[in-house]
Amino acid sequence: MQTVSSTTGVQISNTGSGYISARLSHNAMRHWNERLIETVLFLAAALSVLTTLGIVYILVSESIHFFARISIVDFLTDTQWTPLFDDAHFGIMVLVSGTLVSSLVALLVAIPVGTTIAIYLSEFAGSRVREIAKPILELLGGIPTIVYGYFALLVVTPILQWALPNLPGFSLLSAGFVMGIMIVPYIASLSEDAMRAVPMSLREGAYAMGSSRLYTAIHVVIPAALSGLAASYVLAVSRAVGETMILAVAAGMQPNLTWNPMEPAATITSYIVQVALGDLPHGSIGYQTIFAAGLTLLLITLMFNIVGQWLRAKYKENY
Amino acid sequence: MKPLTTEEIRAVIARGKLKDTLFKALGILCLAFGLLVIVALILDMAIKGADRFTLDFFLNFASRRATQAGILSAWVGSLLVMFVTALAAVPLGVAAGVYLEEYAPRNWMTQVIEINIANLAAVPSIVYGLLALGIFVYQFGFGQSILSAGLTLALLILPIIIVATREAIRAIPAMIREGSMAVGATRWQTCRYHIIPYAMPGILTGVIIGLARAIGETAPIITIGALTFIAFLPPAPLTALPDGGTAGLFDWVMAPFTVMPIQIFNWTSRPDPAFEINAAAAGFVLMAMVLAMNALAIWLRYRMRKNIKW
Repeated sequence: MQTVSSTTGVQISNTGSGYISARLSHNAMRHWNERLIETVLFLAAALSVLTTLGIVYILVSESIHFFARISIVDFLTDTQWTPLFDDAHFGIMVLVSGTLVSSLVALLVAIPVGTTIAIYLSEFAGSRVREIAKPILELLGGIPTIVYGYFALLVVTPILQWALPNLPGFSLLSAGFVMGIMIVPYIASLSEDAMRAVPMSLREGAYAMGSSRLYTAIHVVIPAALSGLAASYVLAVSRAVGETMILAVAAGMQPNLTWNPMEPAATITSYIVQVALGDLPHGSIGYQTIFAAGLTLLLITLMFNIVGQWLRAKYKENY
Repeated sequence: MKPLTTEEIRAVIARGKLKDTLFKALGILCLAFGLLVIVALILDMAIKGADRFTLDFFLNFASRRATQAGILSAWVGSLLVMFVTALAAVPLGVAAGVYLEEYAPRNWMTQVIEINIANLAAVPSIVYGLLALGIFVYQFGFGQSILSAGLTLALLILPIIIVATREAIRAIPAMIREGSMAVGATRWQTCRYHIIPYAMPGILTGVIIGLARAIGETAPIITIGALTFIAFLPPAPLTALPDGGTAGLFDWVMAPFTVMPIQIFNWTSRPDPAFEINAAAAGFVLMAMVLAMNALAIWLRYRMRKNIKW
């Protein structure tokens, strides 16, 4: 840098040219290095977009082959699902009914339990209780679903059979019940977030009028956090709809168009597992059905997710 | 309205307090129910599977006879798949997280990526299995191998690692970046020597939680067509093969395999109750792995919160 302090520009180019050009090329290299690294990092982030495109591409391209053979009207209205029989029928409603019934059972378990836990944690519990409760909920959400499946088939089903003697060995009821336990942590933590976002001043107003904690929670906090609670329920449904192993293990895998949770039935997910376990040749109609089923599943979960995120955005806007 | 007497007001307050207490009890009961499920699960599997907790169970292959069947190929497969998953997901996830926090301009492209990551986290895991079946198994020709499974699970846990990385980076105050840049460091030097090291505990927590999720995933791996009955191990690097040749360094990556959750699924779906015992024992081992990883993550986070004060 001494050359810079020299009196004339000529001197710089004569005595310091080697130093400066080295310095400049070093800077240029640094610049290119930086650009290269930024590009690499960008590609890593863009990979997620590629994943989505890959999912859409695979599901749609295989489903196009499928719908070239089976009309979309039959797919939506047929009441039988027997894709691997000689007399093949492709009525997706059979699988959708199993999916919806089991998800409904799960919600009936998870909404009361999850909401109660959320109210308790947000309005009643001290910070020490929360320190203990949060990891418990996290563990509950982290148990592998295959272990839940084992639990549903070999522990919960016998207990339910003792209360309901008519319950068969495989049923949507026991699978849905355990699925409900699985999604309690989602509902609890998302609902708690929504309730904690309610400004303290609303509660203080209620307390100042002499309301008890429970009265404040039910009549002030819950109405204020309603869209957040709804969002947590909708996101939990989407979780339940996509759940696979609990249903594959405990709900039986025979296609059955039913709205009765006491019966065994296949769901969209458990059908995909059943086909994948067998040895279907690449490109056969059986192979294509799992992509058509997968596309249906993705559309259902996508719908719930869009509604859920819209509801969440709504409660975030309010405060 | 007639004004209430003091007694009446006291009664109203007492009723409110009673209801509060009752609800508190209900809340604790619901939490206890969750704890009860975890404890019941672990105890049930430990008691049912007690007969199988021998060294043989860990060193035997799957077998038609329940008493001789073991989980050797399953736990080795799980470890190898996790290795591939971590190798793929950690660099990609951290890089994506660093890009989104430190580099990304506020434009539509960034927004698309962010919305996309949020949505990917909600895609059912079995759909990732279908993606892998179409792309990795058939289009790329990886077959039903450890590589296919590892990459599938890597895509599945990528959003978890990205979100954890971003949260960890966001907690680092701006003065760290300003200090580094003030002495002439470039953006990447700032990330490489300051941001990433300081975010490490948070990233590590995310990685462990992601891997704990991946090790228990069953559906996507069944979908790509992992075999349920495997009575051999993938070839170890540089060992002799049965056909006389030597295994290459990476031959194991393309080998067929099974993993713990698939072994458990296989055993639970058999009618013979003797296999229930095996399923219980294997389930206990899997739970132990997952719980240990989760406990490690919770402990890491706890330490982090205690030690770091900017």
